[in-house]
Amino acid sequence: MPLYQLSINGKKYRVNADAQMPLLWVIRELVGLTGTKYGCGIAQCGACTVHLKGAPVRSCSFPVSAVLNQPITTIEGISNDNSHPVQKAWIDEQVPQCGYCQSGQIMSAVALLRDNPHPSDADINAAMQGNICRCGTYPRIRKAIKRAAATLPKTNGQ
Amino acid sequence: MKIMKEISRRNFIRQTSLSGIALTLGASVSGKTAVEIINAQTPDKMGTELMSWISIDKSGKVTIVSHRSEMGQGTYQAIPQMIAEELEVNLDQVTIFFAPANPKKYGPQPQEGSFSVRGWYKQLLQVGASAREMLIDVATKRWNVATSECYAKNGDVIHRPSGKKLGYGLLVEEAATLTPPQNVELKSRKAYKIIGKPLRRQDIPLKINGTAQFGLDKKLPGMLYAVVERSPRFRGKVKRFDDSKTKAIPGVKQVLTVKRAVFGSLFEGVAVVADSLWAALQGRKVLVVEWDDSGFDHPGSEQLASQMRENLKKPGPSPQFEAAFENATKKLEAVYETPYQSHSCMEPLNCIAHVQDNRIEIWGPIQEANWIQADLSERMGIPKENVTVNMTFLGGGFGRKAFPDYPHEAALISKAINAPVQVVWTREDDMRLGPFRPGAFYACRGGIDNKGQIQALQTITATQWLGEGWSPEPYPDPKPAGYNSGSLEGMPSPYFKAIPHYSFGGVGTRSPIPVMWWRAPMANTAGFAGESFVDELAHLAGQDPMDFRRSHLPDKRFQALLDQLEAISNWKSRGKNAGWGVAITECFGGICGHIVQVVRKTDGKLNINKVIALIDCGWYVNPDIIRAQVEGSIIMGLGAAIKHATTFNDGKAVHQNFNTYEMPRMTDTPEIEVHIMENDEPAGGVGEPGLPPFAPALCNAIFDLTGKRIRTLPFKLEEV
Repeated sequence: MPLYQLSINGKKYRVNADAQMPLLWVIRELVGLTGTKYGCGIAQCGACTVHLKGAPVRSCSFPVSAVLNQPITTIEGISNDNSHPVQKAWIDEQVPQCGYCQSGQIMSAVALLRDNPHPSDADINAAMQGNICRCGTYPRIRKAIKRAAATLPKTNGQ
Repeated sequence: MKIMKEISRRNFIRQTSLSGIALTLGASVSGKTAVEIINAQTPDKMGTELMSWISIDKSGKVTIVSHRSEMGQGTYQAIPQMIAEELEVNLDQVTIFFAPANPKKYGPQPQEGSFSVRGWYKQLLQVGASAREMLIDVATKRWNVATSECYAKNGDVIHRPSGKKLGYGLLVEEAATLTPPQNVELKSRKAYKIIGKPLRRQDIPLKINGTAQFGLDKKLPGMLYAVVERSPRFRGKVKRFDDSKTKAIPGVKQVLTVKRAVFGSLFEGVAVVADSLWAALQGRKVLVVEWDDSGFDHPGSEQLASQMRENLKKPGPSPQFEAAFENATKKLEAVYETPYQSHSCMEPLNCIAHVQDNRIEIWGPIQEANWIQADLSERMGIPKENVTVNMTFLGGGFGRKAFPDYPHEAALISKAINAPVQVVWTREDDMRLGPFRPGAFYACRGGIDNKGQIQALQTITATQWLGEGWSPEPYPDPKPAGYNSGSLEGMPSPYFKAIPHYSFGGVGTRSPIPVMWWRAPMANTAGFAGESFVDELAHLAGQDPMDFRRSHLPDKRFQALLDQLEAISNWKSRGKNAGWGVAITECFGGICGHIVQVVRKTDGKLNINKVIALIDCGWYVNPDIIRAQVEGSIIMGLGAAIKHATTFNDGKAVHQNFNTYEMPRMTDTPEIEVHIMENDEPAGGVGEPGLPPFAPALCNAIFDLTGKRIRTLPFKLEEV
């Protein structure tokens, strides 16, 4: 099995994995970061969303061999103390119910706000449409994204 | 010919209480909590146990056990919050643990029937109050002062005249030796400091940074993984399998036939066991299984639908009803059809089992710890006290994770391979194998008099009854068609006081498809039929649907709910450009009314603009969690109304993943406003009652706007 060097949340990991192994299973089963969730395996639900070089990808359908040297961020890398504006907004709006999809929801929201700190409703729709929540927390997700946006500076954070 | 009886209130209660198991809700509080998943190995961290639910260490740190599963509904908060109120501690300083299954200590622990708060609040308030009194008692004796001079606050006992304080940590060891006082006077609702407040949930900080541990996140040292190729026609037997390619995959350890009990039947599969999940998944891909699918039908959805349509006729005419119906001034008959549905929790089923000698230990997203403990004990022949069932957080439950089949299968695999094993269901396994919510068809007939009052109402239900799977294999003939044998769950009970001739009957579907409860069981389909038909009768009578309900719900709670619903929605002033629909259902101790507002957009398509919901759940713990549950119930109800259905072809479920079983998403979500009735009624259900009114309120709104009556779910909103 080939050896891959991965940068996840700023730390280096070396893993032996099948080239076709989805990044999701590498992160969860080989690296041991279980905050990223398995939901569908076919990039339909977004529970497995991580950032690859800052952009959201569905890690369940992204082979480890395609990562190359791009840095990966998972939910564990957003902050170590729930201090990210999106996490704070998620608490303020009391978004999660069962919580299983929320890692993916937050990763999508963080990516949205990084590119577009003051999204319209249509922007939120477009960015969050790929994330399913069976508990139905969508109204609170929308409010939380707007709340987080209100705390962000007016300039693009890139 | 069957004899129809007039329904009595007692009969109604008896019948509706039969409709099965479901979900729950609770309430919550704020703060940071160090959370661990407790298991049998870690009780020493909790200090001295004062009562079954409460432990306090010498530093005064309080640990409260939540003995109910947390699947999103908020019991992780509600249980401790109720205890903490009477114990006089600040929940911010409390550590919460999940209790393992232990019916001797905690009583029954099933998550069903929206029962966690309504079924437990009196007992849990008493637990907190007894513990507080024991702590006060010890302090009083140490100070040698009168009990009446002492009170408890924020984890201290305080002597009022002197201001002296003793922390609970200094009192607990002695207090634990006392006999808990019975029937301690509980606080009045006005005196509550945390109950009734929209305090923040303590599980949320864990659910936004990846630290909340769900079943799939739990790992044990030396644990193997299994995935199982299960019979796609549910009841097929393994004829033979070829594992030559599977065994060539590095990491695959064993391939074995395995069973799991689904009600009275044993369903079969072939398990691939490996040292990694990836190897197990790869091994399964190249496994070839041949099934023996003889001895049972392989129906498709159309055959099931035809059977249900035929079955609706089977109870035949009922003379008493027919006479009343015949005398009515205006009459209406309608058939409503609802499909099978999958639960599709976001966390697919999974379970870790470790069977050793005469012991079993289970970890997983468990909705029904006691039943699973008892079921495993019986099926595996191991004493109940040696069966430990540990709960993790559940990534959704909705009834599915209250079923003991997946732990049973995991235990059998662990026993066979003599190692701890995590059995992982893929999304496809989870979605296509059931048990499903059964499809349910309803034939409704109603007649109104010249004053617009319903004189006669009949509902016949054709569905696959939830309890009939218990019969022996292969699958049972349903109990005979008849009256007074259906389910009325969901229908507001005062209708039966107002309507002189009410008849209900039922016919079971004969089908090999496994079925079970789904959030708000029976109510989620019967509520659609019932509240759509009442709306149809209102229009037949030429009455406003809200006024029509008012004159048919002679009960003060329902009258108050109607008044409030009308006021918050401004019902009377609604314009012509939008369609408004109302529906009210009652189930699991909760009453909920929805008003759905639809408009036609400029592109010609319908849009659900807004849903206004009003729930009467009596005494409650946390209003924000109630709002969250009702919001979520509306969106889950929306999914079942306009997005998805499980269909069958040649005995197999067609929809296996979210690409075809379409979930509501962000753009499907209307504006939602949730209100809560304030009254002095006992605690009622919250986790389920918000779901059933949505579909009928939506269809009633569409009729209001378009004149088109929708009687079959799901339907495509964009095609109306």
